[in-house]
Amino acid sequence: MSFYPHIATYAEALPDARFDDFTEQDVLRSLNRTTATVEDFMALMSPAASGLLEEMARKANRLTIQHFGRTVCLFTPLYLANICTNHCVYCGFNCTNKIHRSMLSLEEVDVEGAAIAATGLKNLLVLTGDAPAKTGVDYLEACTKVLNKHFPSVSIEVFALTEEEYARLVKAGVDGMTMFQETYDEELYAVLHPKGPKRDYRFRLDAPERACMAGMRVVNIGALLGLGDWRRDALLTGLHAAYLMHKYPETDIAVSLPRMRPHVGDWEPQTIVSDRDMVQFLMALRLFMPRVGITVSTRENAEFRENILPLGVTRMSAGVSTAVGGHSDETCGEENTGQFDISDARSVDEVCAALRGKGYQPVFKDWESIFETAPQGVEEGL
Amino acid sequence: MSEDSFTIGGRILTSRLFTGTGKYGDDGVIPAVCEASGSEVITVALRRVDLESTTGNVMDCIPEHMQLLPNTSGARNADEAVRIARLARAMGCGDWIKIEVISDNRYLLPDGYETVRATEILAKEGFTVLPYVNADLYVAKALVDAGAAAVMPLGAPIGTNRGLKTREMVRILIEEIDLPIVVDAGIGRPSEACEAMEMGADAVLVNTAIATAGDPVSMARAFGRAVKAGREAYLAGPGAKHVLADASSPLTGFLGGAA
Repeated sequence: MSFYPHIATYAEALPDARFDDFTEQDVLRSLNRTTATVEDFMALMSPAASGLLEEMARKANRLTIQHFGRTVCLFTPLYLANICTNHCVYCGFNCTNKIHRSMLSLEEVDVEGAAIAATGLKNLLVLTGDAPAKTGVDYLEACTKVLNKHFPSVSIEVFALTEEEYARLVKAGVDGMTMFQETYDEELYAVLHPKGPKRDYRFRLDAPERACMAGMRVVNIGALLGLGDWRRDALLTGLHAAYLMHKYPETDIAVSLPRMRPHVGDWEPQTIVSDRDMVQFLMALRLFMPRVGITVSTRENAEFRENILPLGVTRMSAGVSTAVGGHSDETCGEENTGQFDISDARSVDEVCAALRGKGYQPVFKDWESIFETAPQGVEEGL
Repeated sequence: MSEDSFTIGGRILTSRLFTGTGKYGDDGVIPAVCEASGSEVITVALRRVDLESTTGNVMDCIPEHMQLLPNTSGARNADEAVRIARLARAMGCGDWIKIEVISDNRYLLPDGYETVRATEILAKEGFTVLPYVNADLYVAKALVDAGAAAVMPLGAPIGTNRGLKTREMVRILIEEIDLPIVVDAGIGRPSEACEAMEMGADAVLVNTAIATAGDPVSMARAFGRAVKAGREAYLAGPGAKHVLADASSPLTGFLGGAA
């Protein structure tokens, strides 16, 4: 019950040179298929496909409109805390970085929630660093109860939890989780995560599956593009999503495509994922999984976000602050406390106006936790 | 034929095209779609309705004369569907409810068992229940027993625009089920809606094909006309289809009129 053995299988079947074996004819054949296979997904991500991006774009656009319409679901992250016990070399929250550390009290969470809700947003993604002793499940549970007053949908992007812990949060009102594997390359993962609880590759890898088993409605995964070989990480992200979608049909599986961004710290990515690379991955993913949700964050700049909108994007963040307390306290310096530098600093209204200008409808609300089946023992009734 | 109407849940409907509210780039186009299509019934996903919204709401775009058909989109089992239906009624959306119970996010196929279960509960509570199901005779019969007001079989999976792939099964439902049959999901082109109506379906529900068209208002008009044409053809009684050509000079004419 893990994606782990599948990675080993693919690693054996996919030596590095494998992506170079595909020809344009292979890509065209894959483009013409109604349902893309794993082999097609690889072909669409191969260097051979880079000359057929426009053809891929047309099909990706058609499939996206067919399945999602001209709508984009908006959300924003709320950083509850930036206290972290990890040493991830690429992250601004690295515990050795000299940044101001803080966590919000429940009263402050309420204030932040109210400030975000005033922008019209209804989907919230709460984030913390990895410090279970301070921002553990009890704290997340309490925060969720506060935030559910303002938001019909609250998701989490926190450290990996056990199935029981995910179940507790589902019961408390959390309906989605995001977990970035960062890189699927286990050896590189060990280098990038030298110390701290996040060092446990397999525990993190299986976290999305544990969330599925715990009844989480939406599970969003991704690799941080640029840490390792982007094609291999992108391929395994797609295969991981397909594995989860096949095994947990009740869970809405989504994928994020974050690229490395500047941050506090001196680590520089070894791989540069170009705009063309990113677009190719986005479109290959859409062609491989026509119904998967695809999220693009404010790590990307406004112009790029607007340009890739028709190619498969279904969710976007807006009005983003990555600083703890950054939504209600304008003096709270993003540069001092944020996890990474954002590239699209537009307000919610500005993002909405841009979407409408492109013929897209920003969607604020797409679910209510109160629709969920009452957990056992909870009295039925409205 | 004075006016070719039919009745669901006590409401007399003259248009046999149901429309939807999802997937539009701008909900502001919905009134024009309703007018162009002539539709009188419109479905809306309750999960997207936000009565507290200060930033616009799909409900504001639905013309008053339309029969609101809130749906339980997002429900993974009967209990969730029942909960959504009750909330819809409590919010003032009326007694009509389209049951969608889907626990397979890959293909979005409806769960017949859970749909029947939800229908039974809600029909007893006085809802006018329109369940979305696979084109399955046994599920349809169970829905009749459960108190459904209509049966809404899919033509093809939701959002695929693949047309009337379940043609034979829908035909059987039309023959066997004494409730309005509304073909829902999969219809991608006006000709396919027309075909469903020619077969004898009572109505069709079209959302994706209109909402994702280059010009949704024109497409809505085209669907409205196609549904009328198909209905008229059905009422007119199409000539029988024959596998073999009818010989103009019968080969057995020499046998005389009576055997």
